[in-house]
Amino acid sequence: MIAAREPQQRAPDARLLVIEADGSLTHAARVGLVDFLHRGDLVIANDAATLPASLHGVHLPTGAAIEVRLAGRLAHGATELRRCIAIVFGSGDFRTRTEERPLPPALASGDRLALGPLTAVIERTLEHPRLIALRFDGSSTEVWAGLARHGRPIQYAHMRLPLALWDVWTPIAGPPVAFEPPSAGFALDWQLLAALRNRGIGFATLTHAAGISSTGDADLDRRLPFHEPYLIPVSTARAIHRTRVRGGRIVAIGTTVVRALEHAASLGAGVRPGAGFADQRIGAGTKLRVVDAVLSGTHEPGSSHYDLLRAFADDATLREASAALDAHRYRTHEFGDSMLVVRCEQRIACWCPSADRAAA
Amino acid sequence: MAQTYNPAARRIRRANPIAGLRVAITGGTSGLGLALVREFGACGARVAFVARDRALVERIATATGACGIVGDIARKEDTHAIAMQIVGLLGGLDVLINNASSLGPVPLRPLGDTDCEDLELALATNLVGPFRLTKALLGALAASAREGRGAVVLNVSSDAAINAYPGWGAYGASKAALHHLSRIWQEEFATQGVHFLSLDPGDMDTPLHALAVPDADRATLKRPETAARELIAAATVALAGRSGRQRSHVGADAGVETAAAPG
Repeated sequence: MIAAREPQQRAPDARLLVIEADGSLTHAARVGLVDFLHRGDLVIANDAATLPASLHGVHLPTGAAIEVRLAGRLAHGATELRRCIAIVFGSGDFRTRTEERPLPPALASGDRLALGPLTAVIERTLEHPRLIALRFDGSSTEVWAGLARHGRPIQYAHMRLPLALWDVWTPIAGPPVAFEPPSAGFALDWQLLAALRNRGIGFATLTHAAGISSTGDADLDRRLPFHEPYLIPVSTARAIHRTRVRGGRIVAIGTTVVRALEHAASLGAGVRPGAGFADQRIGAGTKLRVVDAVLSGTHEPGSSHYDLLRAFADDATLREASAALDAHRYRTHEFGDSMLVVRCEQRIACWCPSADRAAA
Repeated sequence: MAQTYNPAARRIRRANPIAGLRVAITGGTSGLGLALVREFGACGARVAFVARDRALVERIATATGACGIVGDIARKEDTHAIAMQIVGLLGGLDVLINNASSLGPVPLRPLGDTDCEDLELALATNLVGPFRLTKALLGALAASAREGRGAVVLNVSSDAAINAYPGWGAYGASKAALHHLSRIWQEEFATQGVHFLSLDPGDMDTPLHALAVPDADRATLKRPETAARELIAAATVALAGRSGRQRSHVGADAGVETAAAPG
């Protein structure tokens, strides 16, 4: 695969590799995504908008230049952003690959940080020299204003130019709770949503605070993804229930949607609406309860996104798909091409309509 | 993230359709915008407003309890920063009012004497800025519609958008374009449940009017509070899904039309 280096969300020539339930592969243009969906299916996307989560500043006890990347939330509530998990880098910027970025100075709880117009205190360190829980000073309004002024989207060394906030907001972006873009949603636009409607395919959203996807530090990456808060609207839970009763498929746009829905269904009584914290890992051993297919980017074997696809397709099929992606020079990373993976097995977990009635 | 299911809030909403509404207003520190901030706030809405002057924003925020956001809708670089603060502070969005307006060159002058840069500035504030901000907030608005709360974008128009008044070229042309933009948005977004209104509040006793017509008899002008209440009534009707495609009139002298009606 080759890296997509331009921040074009919907490249006209974007491609789609479809992995069908029987393991067969189809190469298609991504603008034709709707042709692979059926009347009665329900498409569910993550409507989280992406925060400008990268903040350059100074570690005040040492005067050292640092970059703080907000990486996770400590609380629910789109409006509450004062306490965050963050990853701290030493000096430098995104042009240096994160793997080669220096460590920050030794960090200790109580240390103060100056981040442009914002100030913050390290509440505690999290058993890694880069990982902290921090609390911003000031009111919620002041923190939002400071982030808006000083924050930049988290940048990627493989991009040609720095990303602006509009580069990383999907067309359906709403609550600003994601630390990195739910980039599978880049494939959506309002024309596609109209096409879904015209073909009798449903559309719904949930909000999942997608955390940082990789840090360049192997120790830290093993701890990813962090627990991620999500919110499933009542209207979405109802749409899922209706779709399931009528035999339609649930098509997740992105791995964050899979994570949220499977977590919300983990109690076995259908998809529970409301707020939750997705804390599970999805992989080869996971029995999917809700999601029938996932639209995702093209991922390298070994990444947590790739692992999640192993819940949908067996390893032989995924190996074949990886070989096809390489052979056909698919583009990878946030602005790359896409895969639609249809689950190979029947749902194993029992779906009991009577238990699900609470959600309807 | 805001809770979407709250039976108590729903009961209150039935009694008072404004209570708990999440409303964003551009140009919220003077004239009609300020009146809208106050009126929505008094009815129990949660309000965020946008304006350029930091000191004024802070003063109005303190006085009204609304969330003040400093930004310039005419600047592309401010758009997403403003949108993020609106949705971040309110937890979602039900009503967007694109109210901030630029008269163009002051004192008013004929188009032949209007500098290109002045026309561009009027277009940036009155047309391109509202387009960009609306686009950045479509996701939040459509989510609100899907969740059954309704969603309305109200673009503040003018009779200068319809009638060709000499001297009002930059303002009138930009407002005419905004009016047409609203109508097309309405056609395209009706199926998503987001309603677009383009409403003329009438000639009001505001700083903008004083700039345009310094010698106007203020006694003949509408009070901005009156116009604000009329706009809120129209937005409430649209939110409840009763926004007809027919022309409607709110107030004796204010021609108020829904965006879907031909001008």
